[in-house]
Amino acid sequence: MSELATLPTRHEEDWRYADLAALETVWPVATETLTLAPGEQATRTLVLDGDSAVVRDLAVTLGAGAEFDLRVLNAGKAYGRLSVRVVLAKGAQFRFGAAQVAGGEQTVEIVTEVVHAEPDAVSNQIVRQVLGGRATGNYLGRVLVERGAIGTDGSQSVRAMLLDRTATANARPELEIYADDVKCAHGCAIGELDREGLFYLASRGLPPAAAKALMLQAFLSEAFAGAPDEETLTAAALAALEDVL
Amino acid sequence: MSLLSITDLANEVAGKPILKGLSLSIGAGEIHAIMGPNGAGKSTLAYTLGGRPGYEVTGGSVTFAGEDLLAMEPHERAAAGLFLGFQYPVEIPGVSTVQFLREALNAQRKTRGEEPLSGGAFLKLAREKAALLKLDPEMLKRPVNVGFSGGEKKRAEMVQMGVLDPKFAILDETDSGLDIDALRIVGEGINAIMRKPDKAVLLITHYQRLLDYVKPDFVHVLAAGRIVRSGGPELALELEEQGYEAVVA
Repeated sequence: MSELATLPTRHEEDWRYADLAALETVWPVATETLTLAPGEQATRTLVLDGDSAVVRDLAVTLGAGAEFDLRVLNAGKAYGRLSVRVVLAKGAQFRFGAAQVAGGEQTVEIVTEVVHAEPDAVSNQIVRQVLGGRATGNYLGRVLVERGAIGTDGSQSVRAMLLDRTATANARPELEIYADDVKCAHGCAIGELDREGLFYLASRGLPPAAAKALMLQAFLSEAFAGAPDEETLTAAALAALEDVL
Repeated sequence: MSLLSITDLANEVAGKPILKGLSLSIGAGEIHAIMGPNGAGKSTLAYTLGGRPGYEVTGGSVTFAGEDLLAMEPHERAAAGLFLGFQYPVEIPGVSTVQFLREALNAQRKTRGEEPLSGGAFLKLAREKAALLKLDPEMLKRPVNVGFSGGEKKRAEMVQMGVLDPKFAILDETDSGLDIDALRIVGEGINAIMRKPDKAVLLITHYQRLLDYVKPDFVHVLAAGRIVRSGGPELALELEEQGYEAVVA
């Protein structure tokens, strides 16, 4: 994922659902690199917001036993895309929690590639999306377990909530495994808000918009659980929700 | 004047008629119990009064505190003073009871033109009601009903009722899933919160045992979508002894 010279096309798998017109306005995109030394720990929070397109590309290398916690709120008013490639050495841990909120005609997307290059590394990805109007939310996530990377533990949990029948979610969790004795799990679900829950909240006096916001905030906050700035992220997600509700 | 007046109420759920001309009048200060066989329409009555989507009223009227209840949205009914105790309280992952209950209470207060309750005042109130129901107040910080036992869910419902302080409560099988001690605690809680001259309760139950604690002024038998018999507390005992079939026939 180094800087590409030419604008991608939809034929490239990672750009299949991208908003190429918006991408052109910010192209080319420089790759930000981050390397954690063996045993090093780091956390990072990225908030993609604003009125115009934001596209960011990260390349992360985790040394043996390093731990990296990355949280993302992708909730701007235009095209928002984060791609991240993480390579894990022996026993490294990568924790990824991302929430995307979009409405109108917007496209938001997260593309991840997590490479378990050596044994016993752990990666955990949680992605939650709330999509209204005619918005499109994408998650393309690939977990690659290389030859000899035994004892790998990789998980992906992707869920999207559609506020309107006209919104679209694309979720593609993908596993590529070349080692034995690994534990990889992925799941994705696309749904609508639980009507029974909404009625329960309404029966206690919450107006419909407040009931929805409360349930959606809870849904999104699953991506922020345990983050150092969990409260700030959850509050920012709620503010973004109010714009799409 | 009655607090709640139901006249010839008829409805459909998924196209199927359930309530077929139900009439009932409940005055302030009164506790009414509705008993009846499975499938009679007891829970449907509760949901219909609460305004649950999918419970379509096809006839009749309901007046609550002088207003047309059926014209109100569910949250407006709550703000008007109606409380619905669920037979199966809904679990809402990620939303803590204190957060949702405070928002709900303040939404009600706003609708009524009252000032919102501060965080501190709210917590004091919630702790007080939790103590009344002997529920660990720490549980209120957990997501709504998630991981609660059957009995804890019902006690949490009553804590919510205590905090929201409604004029009228419909309690749908609040006694189901309770052991003997919990039944007494919940019964005493209902009395403490709702046994007041300006409030009223409609208890939906299968058994006499809750009525040992919350003594009803009136007992009604609901069968096939209508009230088929009404009487005093002795009717519940008669039902307990003889069963619905003998009494309804």
